[in-house]
Amino acid sequence: MDDSQLDVIVIGGGNAALCAALMAREAGASVLLLEAAPEEWRGGNSQHTRNLRAMHDAPEDVLTEAYPEEEFWQDLLKVTGGITNEHLARLAIRESSRCRPWMHKHGVHFQPSLSGTLHLSSTNAFFMGGGRALVNAYFRSAQELGVKVRYNAPVDTIEVENGRFVAVRVGNERIAAKACVVASGGFESDIAWQREAWGQNERGEWPADNFLIRGTRYNLGLPLKSLMKAGADTIGDPTQAHCVAIDARAPLYDGGICTRVDCVSLGIMVNREAERFYDEGEDFWPKRYALWGRLVALQPGQIGYCIIDAKAVGRFMPPVFPGIKTNTLEELAREMGLDEQKFMATVNAFNAACKVGTFDHQVQDDCHTEGITPPKTHWARPIDTAPFFGYALRPGITFTYLGLKINDHAAVHFNGQPSPNLFAAGEVMAGNVLGKGYTAGVGMTIGTAFGRIAGTRAAASTGHIHEAIHAAA
Amino acid sequence: MQQLEALTREAQGLAMGRGPLTGDEAEVARQMQICNACRYCEGYCAVFPAMARRLEFGKTDIHYLANLCHNCGDCLHACQYGPDHEFKVNVPQAMAQVRLHTYTEFAWPRAFGGLYQRNGLAVALATAAGLALFLILSMVMAGTQMGQPLAGNFYAIFPHNVLAWMFGIVFAYAALALGIGVSRFWREESPGAATGEATAEAVHNALTLKYLDGGHGKGCNEESDAFTLARRRFHHFTFYGFMLCFAATSVATLYHYLFHWEAPYAFTSLPVILGSLGGLGLLIGPAGLLWLNLNRHPRHGDAAQKPMDRGFIALLLATSLTGFALLLWRDSGAMGLLLAVHLGIVMALFLTMPYGKFAHGIFRSAALLKWSIERRQPSRLRLGAD
Ligand SMILES: Cc1cc2nc3c(=O)[nH]c(=O)nc-3n(C[C@H](O)[C@H](O)[C@H](O)COP(=O)(O)OP(=O)(O)OC[C@H]3O[C@@H](n4cnc5c(N)ncnc54)[C@H](O)[C@@H]3O)c2cc1C
Ligand code: SF4
Ligand code: SF4
Repeated sequence: MDDSQLDVIVIGGGNAALCAALMAREAGASVLLLEAAPEEWRGGNSQHTRNLRAMHDAPEDVLTEAYPEEEFWQDLLKVTGGITNEHLARLAIRESSRCRPWMHKHGVHFQPSLSGTLHLSSTNAFFMGGGRALVNAYFRSAQELGVKVRYNAPVDTIEVENGRFVAVRVGNERIAAKACVVASGGFESDIAWQREAWGQNERGEWPADNFLIRGTRYNLGLPLKSLMKAGADTIGDPTQAHCVAIDARAPLYDGGICTRVDCVSLGIMVNREAERFYDEGEDFWPKRYALWGRLVALQPGQIGYCIIDAKAVGRFMPPVFPGIKTNTLEELAREMGLDEQKFMATVNAFNAACKVGTFDHQVQDDCHTEGITPPKTHWARPIDTAPFFGYALRPGITFTYLGLKINDHAAVHFNGQPSPNLFAAGEVMAGNVLGKGYTAGVGMTIGTAFGRIAGTRAAASTGHIHEAIHAAA
Repeated sequence: MQQLEALTREAQGLAMGRGPLTGDEAEVARQMQICNACRYCEGYCAVFPAMARRLEFGKTDIHYLANLCHNCGDCLHACQYGPDHEFKVNVPQAMAQVRLHTYTEFAWPRAFGGLYQRNGLAVALATAAGLALFLILSMVMAGTQMGQPLAGNFYAIFPHNVLAWMFGIVFAYAALALGIGVSRFWREESPGAATGEATAEAVHNALTLKYLDGGHGKGCNEESDAFTLARRRFHHFTFYGFMLCFAATSVATLYHYLFHWEAPYAFTSLPVILGSLGGLGLLIGPAGLLWLNLNRHPRHGDAAQKPMDRGFIALLLATSLTGFALLLWRDSGAMGLLLAVHLGIVMALFLTMPYGKFAHGIFRSAALLKWSIERRQPSRLRLGAD
């Protein structure tokens, strides 16, 4: 391929990039995909995913019941507290009802919701084998269709002239093309950037120093930074991110799904001072798990300790690392490095406040506390049956929300004007839809929807019209 | 509720209390702990749903899961924690290593279990050569008839009864040894009685190689992450070819003893037709499996077991090749020699059956039956999110 003839450059090697590359290639454009990671680490955060939230009006292959547009939109509205763009959100939602046959055509297989995730069976379509299998399938398809793929190719600069994309730079190498799709993820892997964004707290700590990154180490946000410098319009707050509390022993990068600890609602959470700090039983865990990362980030030392007793064993998804296990609570405090007296006072106060009714983890039951703050409003049972288990938890950053402002063609904006040939998809523009909060599977929904749109529009800007546009016209 | 908790504790106690794990077993336990917290591969095969019914992995669980794994490779290529990640998850490899260990440990007599460890092409071929030689020698003893065109009359060289006894005994021994081995495996932790339904399902899963279909029908991984049904198909050729050859021999035996119709049988007779079809299967199947085996992704399975795999495949191929040679030249002067070689190969195949790759079929079928029984029982766990 003569580079001067190149139609579309796609920056990134995750779900959004692959969707864009495949659509652009299907439209007939020549496509070069630049992936920062080496081949064995390709696929960014997408290789850690398990499902995509999908609208559907009736039961489909692996999706039960119905999940209509309005319900999806209301869910999104609730979790973002209204910090979203209804037009773009609804576009992604409607796309999610149409994209699965296309995904299947490119080799993605679906399976019913995994054991332990029945609550998602009507909203989320699970990828068989998870995101890595999806990424593998897309790369195979891309190769068959003739998309050129380069690994170890981190783009550090994007050249823009008067809002027009001109070329990218990978180190000393300059590659020009007629159009470009930026799908390089967020900047979560750049801890220095997060440190700067989070700053120093009132205790003099730099909270970001204690963050763990749940996904790839390659999402350093270089293309985002370069475009910000070139004057692209941005959206979102740099401290907003999808952030969950994960096992403190997780690796700094790529700990993925298995490092989560799902027993918070079955026990209590205390901070370094051995004090409780939030209602552990506020709502079902799947609706609350994405809250705890931020809650822990706000605690001293950015650490929390989840405590359960034998009654919880076998009732939650097994965590990857075994908890600290002891026969007495005093021992547990000592082994976790907590002040024993304070810890016992907290647990005893909690135990005494429990008003146990009929315990039922499947519903918001009537087991609650009275007379303590914060309360535990459901599933409150005294921590009194040995053995006891403790898990230390840290904030685990999934992805950041600060990104590029786009429109319904996924076009990047400069001074409020859409670029004719520069587009963005995936995490790098998720902030348009997710101002804050999260609902499971919506990351892949956004990446797939806008990846497909961006690829189609990028190809169209080079004169290659995808049949999807004909069909829509 | 109380009962559930008691059961859960009991399950843990049971799983824990079966002696210390070997290094290979501990590796499976470590990886299963990761998979159990991840579960992305649940749709590929029975290993993951079986794993999800457990919280901890003791010796017997590990032996069961290892034999349930078909080494299809799907979960390796799909793994986000694969060999390049610090978690170093390679389920098919870890399972393969334990599988060999279970064959060895359950072998009867125990002392022969070591044969699995050294079971290479070398052992298989040495046995074959030795036996062939032995047979040639015995024919030399049989005297002058060697080298004469005998119009396909095998029994002029080896009396039928001698052959029937020799092979009958060796076959019975192989069946006994494997039977004892697999019953040891079964009793290690019996899942309870098999219903007709469970048995039918397990038989179906074994005969169709259900778990080589990838869960989506596109097959398994061979040299890359692309899916193919090649292994499943070549294995079908091999297995059903083997069964047809077996049927041919059985029919011939019936002809001989029941109807007193003696070999050679016409090309259009049932034994020859069955044997030829089976032989064809045993040519195509093992040849294909060998080709796949040579081209498998280097991270699949346990490299140390490749000689055992290939030894078995080589014996199967040699069986069909020498069988066809015998059929083609049965009226020539070479018949005596060809017969001896063929019989020697078949003898080697039978002799090594209980101590080689063949055992996988028996142990895997037993594991499939365990799974079909187990999955009909209510799970002891109540994972909150359900
Ligand atoms: C553990 C975990 C589990 C998750 N589970 C789910 C889930 O089940 N469902 C869901 O919807 N979402 C999930 N998410 C979120 C989801 O991963 C993201 O929303 C989605 O994958 C974003 O896709 P993307 O293509 O934008 O980014 P990524 O998949 O992260 O891809 C970014 C790509 O850009 C490359 N790159 C970065 N910088 C450069 C550069 N300078 N030059 C070239 N290439 C570059 C990276 O190497 C990478 O390949 C999960 C995230 C994590 C971490
Ligand atoms: S093999 Fe890897 S991806 Fe599959 S369940 Fe296990 S840990 Fe998860
Ligand atoms: S290799 Fe195949 S059969 Fe074995 S555990 Fe993995 S997916 Fe299952």
